[in-house]
Amino acid sequence: MKILIKNGRVVDPASGRDERADLAIAAGRIVAIGQVDEASGSYRTIDASGCVVAPGLIDLAARLREPGHEHESMLESELNAAAAGGVTSLVCPPDTDPPLDEPGLVEMLKFRARKLSLCRLFPLGALTRGLAGEVLTEMAELTRAGCVGFSQAEVALRDTQVLMRAMQYAATFGYTVWLRPQDGWLGQGVAASGAVATRLGLSGVPVAAETIALMTIIELVRATGVRMHLCRLSSAAGVALVRQAKAQGLPITADVSINSLHLTDVDIGFFNPAMRLTPPLRQGGDRDALRAALADGTIDALVSDHNPVDEDAKNLPFGEAEPGATGLELLLSLALKWGRDVGLSLPATLARVTCEPARVLGESLGSLATSAGRLVVGGVADVCVFDPEVDWPVAPGSLCSQGRHTPFAFGSTGMAMPGRVRATLVAGTLAFEWR
Amino acid sequence: MLHKRNPQLNAHGELIHLLSIEGLPREVLTGILDTAGTFLSVNDREVKKVPLLRGKSVFNLFFENSTRTRTTFEIAAKRLSADVINLDIARSSTAKGESLLDTIANLSAMHADMFVVRHGESGAPYLIAQHCAPHVHVVNAGDGRHAHPTQGLLDMYTIRHYKRDFTQLTVAIVGDIVHSRVARSDIHALTTLGVPEIRAVGPKTLVPGDLGAMGVRVCHDMADGIRDADVVIMLRLQNERMSGAMLPSAAEFSMNYGLTPDKLALARPDVIVMHPGPINRGVEIASAVADGTHSVILPQVSFGIAVRMAVMSIIAGNEA
Repeated sequence: MKILIKNGRVVDPASGRDERADLAIAAGRIVAIGQVDEASGSYRTIDASGCVVAPGLIDLAARLREPGHEHESMLESELNAAAAGGVTSLVCPPDTDPPLDEPGLVEMLKFRARKLSLCRLFPLGALTRGLAGEVLTEMAELTRAGCVGFSQAEVALRDTQVLMRAMQYAATFGYTVWLRPQDGWLGQGVAASGAVATRLGLSGVPVAAETIALMTIIELVRATGVRMHLCRLSSAAGVALVRQAKAQGLPITADVSINSLHLTDVDIGFFNPAMRLTPPLRQGGDRDALRAALADGTIDALVSDHNPVDEDAKNLPFGEAEPGATGLELLLSLALKWGRDVGLSLPATLARVTCEPARVLGESLGSLATSAGRLVVGGVADVCVFDPEVDWPVAPGSLCSQGRHTPFAFGSTGMAMPGRVRATLVAGTLAFEWR
Repeated sequence: MLHKRNPQLNAHGELIHLLSIEGLPREVLTGILDTAGTFLSVNDREVKKVPLLRGKSVFNLFFENSTRTRTTFEIAAKRLSADVINLDIARSSTAKGESLLDTIANLSAMHADMFVVRHGESGAPYLIAQHCAPHVHVVNAGDGRHAHPTQGLLDMYTIRHYKRDFTQLTVAIVGDIVHSRVARSDIHALTTLGVPEIRAVGPKTLVPGDLGAMGVRVCHDMADGIRDADVVIMLRLQNERMSGAMLPSAAEFSMNYGLTPDKLALARPDVIVMHPGPINRGVEIASAVADGTHSVILPQVSFGIAVRMAVMSIIAGNEA
């Protein structure tokens, strides 16, 4: 099918293109950007007047709960949520049930996602079998099955001997290791250590849980030369360590979640379980440092950290509630909000959810490496069309995701979200259209 | 973020639940203490009952074991003429896998008017208050490390009884403060009532520096902590803290922070010594102090019943 997106503001952060133009798509690829004559082909036309035409978003952290929740059709609902949020590619961590530690599981997941053709799916394989931190997985087999990197998800790898071997092995073949830096022992609390946790009587996770893990990881990256992606930094001290490591030329990239970028522990309020998140929300100074680090490039990408948690697991006392929040449909809006808050241009803002995460994925994207997260003639037509002037209230019941819990619900923030997705195209096919 | 109303107050600022002392206006707090004073005489009468809660059902929901607190709540509710139903949930429904909110929904269907809740997780009574029917009142009888507001109130009643004025006092709270819901409730109450000097005394494992944010002076030295104190509140050292990584042994804790007559001599001559009970004799407090002339530990228990009567009668009289 041929599609013509007319009269939009075409923004391609990678090239710096920001102009009023038409975008023509045929056979899944972008065939022209500029003035396109409608009569030149039998196009289906999308009127993008007043809208931004941007590369589809790339989200480096979204849980789809599959394998594990097939009976709830969760893969379909969450990929619909991705499409509704303008996300055309997402990376999912391996802490599914069972974990993604065998090629067959990865192939099945990729196959089921491809059949839905709503969003491209890039799974991370488990770094160790069963995420148990003892035995390495078959990384080459998992890569062949479609994994773009290897991760321990939320399970801390306490044995530094195993961690080093895993990094050495991954480095041998140029695989990227993705870790969320958190010490397994110090990370057992339910809220960030500080005045709020102390006052509410919640067990704390000190900043040292992040910095100790970071120092360990950074030293092992130095020793092994492995390509490392650090997931969801949470603290100012952690940001400083990453900045230092990058300045030393270590092959490290990092991301931050929409939650840590916009919220602090004060938002826990009266034990609101929607604020039960990992990493835990830290203090205002940490949030400010994360916002600045995302702006100056110390942190490469912004992620939704999407995790659909059902009612029964969330409507519990704060410490017992399952951590996580829905986020795929909020990623664009919260990126735009951050960009406005810190005074960044629209292309620079969008870079953190398009070409920068594509750079993090790098060669693991295969044939997509040159065009994912970009708008280039001849490249894949993964496109997000959104209206930047529309503010919308987040009503949990109106989201596509089965996850109903978000800290950004209008009822608790009183804050409308900027920017509404009008259409999402994946490989030139409409995956979502707003009506 | 929207500024949410404190969930224990209605739109008129009246108390509808008692969840925490934090955020309670001073007038509400002193109102409870004044009301408790009027109930104290009821406890001395031959017929120890007033009809304020006649026909009402009070459910004691104890998700965590407790005999003393549950008993004082039961006595308080019965002296207000309420019907009291004790549920030992630790051993019933949650053991069968029922969720907290399902339990609450079921009990609400039995026309409960008030839930007295003790739970091991900080904040659990907030969840219950947010999900129960509007006519149901919730009293927090201790949640995790967070709050034990009726204990805090009875401690304030005791201090007021012996010291009259809060605004000149030095109060030392000694022991395992980081894990103590009693300490947190006392600190909030003392700051609300205008106590100028509140000290938190103990080793860094039990009294972290973060506590300073609650308006207390953190002391790691016992002598500094209780010198010239008007009130010393000793906390119970839970068995699980007596060994492992929090403390090397009960004996070493006792040597440094146990309240002995020698150490007590550093405080003011008219110091009162309090303890929420049950006490570990010879650990946090020497028998000579617990049974001595400065001790007000048993009067605390008697005041506790009057304070709980006051809380229940006040919240039952206010509408959401």
